[in-house]
Amino acid sequence: MARYIRDWRSAAPVICAVALFLCAIHSVAGQPAIAAEPKFPQLTGRVVDGAALLTPPVRERITGWLAEFERASKRQLVVVTINDLQGYPIEDFGYRLGRAWGIGEKDKNTGVILLVAPKEREVRIEVGYGLEGELTDAISRAIIEQDILPAFRNGDYEQGIINGTAAILKALGWEGDTPGVTRVLPGDAQELPPIPLVILIILFVIFRFGRGGFIGGRHGRGVWGSRSRGGGFSGRGGSFGGGGASGRW
Amino acid sequence: MIRTFFPRANQIFLIMFFAMGLAACDINAVPRYDEETKAAWSEVLNQYQRRADLVPNLVETVAGFARQEKETLTAVVEARSKATQMQLPPDILNDPEAFRQFQQNQAALGGALARLMVVVEKYPELKSNQNFLSLQSQLEGTENRITVARRDYILSVQKYNTELRTIPGRWVAGVLYPEAEVKQTFDIAEQAKEAPKVKF
Repeated sequence: MARYIRDWRSAAPVICAVALFLCAIHSVAGQPAIAAEPKFPQLTGRVVDGAALLTPPVRERITGWLAEFERASKRQLVVVTINDLQGYPIEDFGYRLGRAWGIGEKDKNTGVILLVAPKEREVRIEVGYGLEGELTDAISRAIIEQDILPAFRNGDYEQGIINGTAAILKALGWEGDTPGVTRVLPGDAQELPPIPLVILIILFVIFRFGRGGFIGGRHGRGVWGSRSRGGGFSGRGGSFGGGGASGRW
Repeated sequence: MIRTFFPRANQIFLIMFFAMGLAACDINAVPRYDEETKAAWSEVLNQYQRRADLVPNLVETVAGFARQEKETLTAVVEARSKATQMQLPPDILNDPEAFRQFQQNQAALGGALARLMVVVEKYPELKSNQNFLSLQSQLEGTENRITVARRDYILSVQKYNTELRTIPGRWVAGVLYPEAEVKQTFDIAEQAKEAPKVKF
């Protein structure tokens, strides 16, 4: 009897350990490999100008609209210019980018992305599930054809992006102040940057100087990295299913 | 006294560990992934249906401008009726033959539509017709949504099938979900054939 007990006592942990080990392996290695994803840029703000098509005042102005739009409607519009689609069709890149960033409210999926790829000469309005009824494919197409492409064909990316952004906001029923059709001149945007930006700058300065040393990499960088999302801007978990339209010029 | 308690204490110990192990194994993974594939499949059907719903309007609009393209138009109408009239068996996801048939019908409709959109290139009036432009962008958008829905379905089935076929998911399913079966999925080659880029 004593022997029996001793066997149980030594065997039980071994059996359990083996079972747990198998499960651990499973949870690490058992996840099916997801097909390759393109490399996405970082979501650094409401305007991610990777291809450097916008001057800072215009970028600020558009960011201001988009922030105001989100405050008013809880919806998110993000303007993205990108250097390289990495060989993906813009339709494919667009919805995956939207999902990776989670633009729009979670569950309601109220996000929109205006994606411009100057190298491939392609533009796309990517519409989240929840806005497909309002910003339909046909309307998206019309915005691209009528508001964006004429300016792009003249090489005026900035104007095209301004017009397109204003038109999208209008199509989504935003009544805010988007003097989009008139050119925003560099001297035109002298208004104060949005408050989050001010806070951001203050935080940045405090941390940089507070930690001693301008360049002092470690801490400063960490703070900058986490705070530089356009004043705490981030996606809210919205998803995309391929709605919208694309254009080429 | 102690001796009489020891075996029981060990058994409880064992059962506890076994329960923990099972919890780590995630005994709900199979039904959860199953539901995910069902949702993804509904979305695929939904988008195919949406495309089929666009066809009558599109055909009518094109016919108004390009009567002589009767052959192409008829091909689209026939492909549509074939695709929509197919009775989908409830277990289509586990039925390779029905699944293949479904995929073929949809691919045929996609092909016929792609040909139609090439043919209309010859009709400048049609191409500047607002109604047609709107339908065209809707068709493009729908083809794109189909691609996305199919991809989501493929990924969800991959997850589900992997869970069913690897240890310990396989053991869990064998004991608790003996009815679970590996599901059919789209093959990429067919997908490439089916969704030609309709772009102008």
